Amino acid sequence: MRNELFSVLRRSPFSLKKVRGGFVRLGGAMACLMLVAFVLPNAAQAFSDEELRNIAERLDTKSSTQKITVIEEMAADGDPRVAPILKAMLEGDLFVRDSDEHVVIGRKKGKVYTHIDIVSGEEVGESSSKELSKIKVNNRLRGALRDALATLNLFSPDLNIRTNAVEQIMDARDPTMLPLLLRAIEREDDETLLARMELARATMALAAGENPAERLAAIDVLSSETTPQIRAVLSQFVASAEAEGIEPEVLAAAKDALNDVEGRLSTWQTVGDVYRGISLGSVLLLAAVGLAITFGVMGVINMAHGEMIMIGAYTTFVVQQILSSVLPSGSPWSLIIAVPAAFLVAGMIGVVIERCVIRFLYGRPLETLLATWGVSLVLQQATRTIFGATNQQVTAPDFMSGAIEFSTGLVLTYNRLWIILFSLIVVAGIACVLRYTAFGLQMRAVTQNRRMAGSVGIRTGYVDALTFGLGSGIAGIAGVALSQISNVSPNLGQTYIIDSFMVVVFGGVGNLWGTVLGAFSLGIVNKFLEPFAGAVLAKIFVLIALILFIQKRPKGLFALKGRAVEA
Amino acid sequence: MTDYSQKYKMTPVVGWLLQDRGGMILLAILIAASILIPICSLLLPQSSAFHVPTWMVSLLGKYLCYALLALSVDLIWGFCGILSLGHGAFFALGGYAMGMYLMRQIGDRGVYGNPDLPDFMVFLNWTELPWYWYGFDMFWFAIVMAMFVPGLLAFVFGFLAFRSRVTGVYLSIITQAMTYALLLAFFRNDMGFGGNNGLTDFKDLLGYSLQSDGTRAGLFVASCVFLGLCYIVARGITQSRLGKVLIAIRDAESRVRFTGYRVEYYKLFVFTVSAVMAGIAGALYVPQVGIINPGEFAPALSIEIVIWVAVGGRGTLYGAVLGAFIVNYAKTFFTGVMPDFWLFFLGGLFIAVTLFLPKGVIGAVPAFGSANGQSFLSGVRKRLNAGGKA
Repeated sequence: MRNELFSVLRRSPFSLKKVRGGFVRLGGAMACLMLVAFVLPNAAQAFSDEELRNIAERLDTKSSTQKITVIEEMAADGDPRVAPILKAMLEGDLFVRDSDEHVVIGRKKGKVYTHIDIVSGEEVGESSSKELSKIKVNNRLRGALRDALATLNLFSPDLNIRTNAVEQIMDARDPTMLPLLLRAIEREDDETLLARMELARATMALAAGENPAERLAAIDVLSSETTPQIRAVLSQFVASAEAEGIEPEVLAAAKDALNDVEGRLSTWQTVGDVYRGISLGSVLLLAAVGLAITFGVMGVINMAHGEMIMIGAYTTFVVQQILSSVLPSGSPWSLIIAVPAAFLVAGMIGVVIERCVIRFLYGRPLETLLATWGVSLVLQQATRTIFGATNQQVTAPDFMSGAIEFSTGLVLTYNRLWIILFSLIVVAGIACVLRYTAFGLQMRAVTQNRRMAGSVGIRTGYVDALTFGLGSGIAGIAGVALSQISNVSPNLGQTYIIDSFMVVVFGGVGNLWGTVLGAFSLGIVNKFLEPFAGAVLAKIFVLIALILFIQKRPKGLFALKGRAVEA
Repeated sequence: MTDYSQKYKMTPVVGWLLQDRGGMILLAILIAASILIPICSLLLPQSSAFHVPTWMVSLLGKYLCYALLALSVDLIWGFCGILSLGHGAFFALGGYAMGMYLMRQIGDRGVYGNPDLPDFMVFLNWTELPWYWYGFDMFWFAIVMAMFVPGLLAFVFGFLAFRSRVTGVYLSIITQAMTYALLLAFFRNDMGFGGNNGLTDFKDLLGYSLQSDGTRAGLFVASCVFLGLCYIVARGITQSRLGKVLIAIRDAESRVRFTGYRVEYYKLFVFTVSAVMAGIAGALYVPQVGIINPGEFAPALSIEIVIWVAVGGRGTLYGAVLGAFIVNYAKTFFTGVMPDFWLFFLGGLFIAVTLFLPKGVIGAVPAFGSANGQSFLSGVRKRLNAGGKA
């Protein structure tokens, strides 16, 4: 959650084509308005300098109604220079200079006001407040100013501001904006934005269109788009049309279009569910893959596995703390350095645990379970004593913040994408170690037949320790990734331990691919259930389904065949 | 070997009770405590050196409930090799059954003054009692449910699990998943069990105020009695022929199956009995601590029960009782004096007991060294014989 919030905050309004969150859009628009003051006006200028000056001077009147007329007149032509003036007026920074009756923008600098010319945007002198009289605004005027500014944004030289303005119009669906929009369409030369504008025009035409042909054309434009927004527009239209009565062919066309859009949206919804399922699956996979080695390959029930993940997450935190003086906080290096560091720290702790506790308990799985549970309690409390019980801040590097957003409402956050990729890399790495290295060969030999492996000269105890170290180290690596999406606290491990066991048991002990398949299928099933049942119930269903599944196939999806099973 | 059951042919129960030295000590202590502690608490003046304050009575009563829970776990783990990491679930279900009765007893004395609905339902804008709350205004029904619901869950779960031969750590993991699923379920407000807050603010039991010293003492005595009865039942099971089969299953399940026994039925029976005992423990626990919430379903607590048994001595029954008292006293002590140290201690206990004390504290005491149903005397005899030969 925390990181998702960060990514929203960090999202620059300029880096994305379409920013959809309401407050982000407003914030972006405001930020852009500040910039506009310094952008040289290069778009079509509707007013000559003199006209602008004259019309602005008409603002110097007592009547609010007259002021509103002037404001609307100024905004109507879409001159980009008008926006800063209106903005200054909104903020109470627009003055009439007593000396020459010119309208100027006054910026307070200490005790004096700097005068900024409304036409050129340059400083044209300064004075005390006495020589300026403010053009007063009331709430009614402020409303009018905001409306005017919104329409003006349509003609802003900045593409982002224009895009935002079009989105706002789309949301508002106010037919009175149509003439302005038509003028904006004439001037627009950006292809993408033009398409959006056409869409906005179609939305309005649908609501305000005079004849069936116009409406049919609008429906045609709308049906080609796939966004929840358009679905809302169409369904609203269908509902009101059914109530009011309308040409049957228009209604039929609208219904068809609505069906089309809904069909495509539900496909996207499914795509989104699958993606979210894969995303959850990758988290489960990361959490479980270390366990697939310690439990799956060695048969050791390591209840302290979750704590290895926690140690990895805390290693990330410590690495970032150490490097924070050298590296900027968004640098990817701290995370990249944290990966081997976490592997080593967790791996070494794993080896120590194996040598000091587990090695005395081989062949007694239930005792191993209890002893490692004890280890997990000690590790949790140790972390709490050293770092405190509160959550630690792990910063996300730049490449992990932000998101790819589709107009269909699907959002792919970068941190989730990286975690999916990372989990696959980790699994591939483990598969390679098991398959192609001498250590992997020895490990498989010991798993399959410990005594025979010992007889041919493999130091089984040594292999055991390293295998356990490998499993723990991988849990540590998982901790680096999981520190990006969950709270780094002493309880981090507890949240993953039961899920990890479920994945390994479901996939089949001793089978890496079973674990991969188990993780992803559990993730996807969970996410498909969520819309119907809610997050908690979905999880309960999955747990019950797993319990029942284990009755049916006690050894998981892919059971090992042969003697290894009973050993 | 002196076989007392030969001497007491008419009363085999007395026979094996006399053989069971630890059990006799336990029962004697329970009888003494159930007589002395109420006297010390209710009759002696506060100034007396032997006066037992009410909080102490409740604390001991709570320990007795834990002891009963540990006994139920030892019955399946110590004698049948089923390591359940979900026994807290049966305990909590029993507790909820009692909690529902106590909730209904509040009547219109709740904050909202609704005579039918508990406060949290009024708070959630529920208008009528859910069907599964019917009948819980009757004490006998609540008690039956406190045993029936855990028993039924254990029966269904065990039937599925044992029939498909889910054993060892797999069984442990799915029992853990079971209690975890229940934890999540009971946290939901929609379940109608008070969600996060659980059931609390109890007023009285069978018309007696839960706050009064007399009720506390009564609950303590009830805990003693039920612990004693369950001990006798558990001992009876383990001493019977059925118990011998259970021990055989523990030691070599496949062989027992190949000999022609339906292993799953034996396991199912003892698992269900054990769950019922856990349910009774929960039902006795709730009125003494005054609250039941989903936290009791936490998998960590269920694992903790196992360590009580392991500390005391697995497969002895009385060892489980002793272990529950030792660990829980340590918990009370450490969380009071140095809370940070408690988890270190508990974790260390898990490691140390499994590594160095596989038979628990009881196993370390020479007089009880030979556990598992062998009589104390025969143990002594064996040791003497061994000494003679050496």
